[in-house]
Amino acid sequence: MKVARWTRTSKLFTGGAAALAVTLACVPLVFESDVVQKLTTLLILVLLAAMWNALAGYGGLLSVGQQAFIGIGAYGTVFFADLGVAPYVAMLLATLLAGAIALPISLFALRLRAAQFAIGMWVIAEVISLIVRLDQNLGAGTGISLIQLNQYEPNFRQAYTFWLALGFTVVFLAALFFLLRSPLGASLQAIRDDEDAARSLGVRVAARKRLLFVLAGFGCGAAGVLVVANTLFIEPGSVFSVQWSAYMIFMVLVGGLGTFEGPIVGAILLFAIQTTFTQGGPWYLVGLGATAALFALALPRGLWGTVEERLGLRLLPVGYRVVEAKGEERAA
Amino acid sequence: MTLLNAALQGIFLGAFYAVLACGLSIMFGVMRIINLAHGDIAVFGAYVMFVIVEHTGVSAFIAFAAALPVMVVLGYVLQLTVLERSLKSGILTPLLATFGLSIVIQNLLQLAFSPDVRSLGGSAGAVTTGSWQVTSGLSVSALGLVVLVVAVLVFGALQLFLSRTRMGWMMRATAEDADAAELVGIDSRGVYAWATAFAVAIAALGGLFLAIRSVFDPVSGPTQLIFAFEAVVIGGMGSLWGTLVGGIALGVAQTLGAQIHPQFAVMAGHLLFLVVLIARYGGGRDFLPRARRLLLARAGR
Repeated sequence: MKVARWTRTSKLFTGGAAALAVTLACVPLVFESDVVQKLTTLLILVLLAAMWNALAGYGGLLSVGQQAFIGIGAYGTVFFADLGVAPYVAMLLATLLAGAIALPISLFALRLRAAQFAIGMWVIAEVISLIVRLDQNLGAGTGISLIQLNQYEPNFRQAYTFWLALGFTVVFLAALFFLLRSPLGASLQAIRDDEDAARSLGVRVAARKRLLFVLAGFGCGAAGVLVVANTLFIEPGSVFSVQWSAYMIFMVLVGGLGTFEGPIVGAILLFAIQTTFTQGGPWYLVGLGATAALFALALPRGLWGTVEERLGLRLLPVGYRVVEAKGEERAA
Repeated sequence: MTLLNAALQGIFLGAFYAVLACGLSIMFGVMRIINLAHGDIAVFGAYVMFVIVEHTGVSAFIAFAAALPVMVVLGYVLQLTVLERSLKSGILTPLLATFGLSIVIQNLLQLAFSPDVRSLGGSAGAVTTGSWQVTSGLSVSALGLVVLVVAVLVFGALQLFLSRTRMGWMMRATAEDADAAELVGIDSRGVYAWATAFAVAIAALGGLFLAIRSVFDPVSGPTQLIFAFEAVVIGGMGSLWGTLVGGIALGVAQTLGAQIHPQFAVMAGHLLFLVVLIARYGGGRDFLPRARRLLLARAGR
């Protein structure tokens, strides 16, 4: 008997994922700009789901306020671009800003438990939104456009934004993937399974959670940057909306909380639902809310978590498994 | 004098927040869960009263009395169908389930009543307009006084209920230790269901005051939830009278904040909440003794 990480399926699939990223990079060369814009939206959803899952799935931190970082990323881009920084450089700066702001917030936010953390983060998002509304230079409550992007021809702009989205998604997913596979990741998965037990074994729970929180701050900031780059116009009412949290919760719960692949599945599902019910509307949101609640109550491991459990399938392996001598496999 | 008047209006506003927060505080006290749909339930209650008023033309207060049994049943059923299940599986599940519920309620209200803003101010009678001019700069509105008196009565009645009645003792025992309470024959399921029923009924009272004081729409709930939670935290989680004090502190912070700048009202409340949250739960406790030790060490040297 031995302990292994890779199986043939997971090797094939991880290779496939890398190939998929390369293929996606060619999309703007082939397809119309509306396809590119749609795919950018999908990548934003994947990024958001992965980041929310990093917090809730591995850190046990349920945040209803990640829109704070989306807003910082979006408004940060406009802020830096207005200072005269080249728009795509402004986007990188805004992402860094979101991560930098996550650090001081983490100092006290991470000491809060369950509902205190959830609503505490929500109020922080509201406060940041109110600060933006007070600033006339950022369009106050009425919103502002990223006019600096108009210097690019629309097709090129759409392609650049898509590549940025792809780059962000690959970088953040890879960061999470390798983080979870490192010795550090073993402690993160231990925290996910039982925080008290992990602490008693000497895992530095607070430091690990801080790492996840700051990573999620960066990632959600990057998503905010992409939102403004993709839509060119933002207003505090929508970019700081708690609806983002609703989407993240839906994607992660339906896909599979605490699994690496689950949130990606959830994001693709939400994207499919959004493209089918283009008019949106209340019924669609009733469905989202009810589905999220049902999954939380009845299927807490989500679609992917259940598949993984039943079939012992790991496509992007972040854990280990015990392989028996005959080659018969059992999930570790 | 304007500051004094602002503080007085803040007390009235805060009494409203305390009523909103009361149910949240009960559920946290008994079950250690925060219902993220609490604000939406209050708004739902407001819509129930709105429908009754529209169809029968009665006063808003009578509509509340008629809506009350509906809300009690709703709370009882909510506990048995959704919350009870969520209690069994970890501390995050109740939050996730009630957040989903919150989105469902908001959008069902949107479907049933359109996004238009409504108010019950017109059907509450003279109480909404009456006021006494105490001095030139100081006025007491009849509605503010009614809300304050009702808030004190609600909290007082709850105190009596918890300390004098059999059901109240059972609730306190279950809150203390549900398993031990089961051992002495208390049906904790039933106690939890009643706690939620009370919480939802009092949320409807909050909904009534919301509808009379100002306007509401299908998405008013989340804001009410935030204010209610802020009141609970400022007053100290798990303390009943603390919630009344916390609500009033939040109301005063908002009206005083509005004196600086109208847009600063809500912000001032949020900041008070964050300061209390950090001081009480976010490591302020570690920070203060450390600072004190540091100061004392300096002084001793």
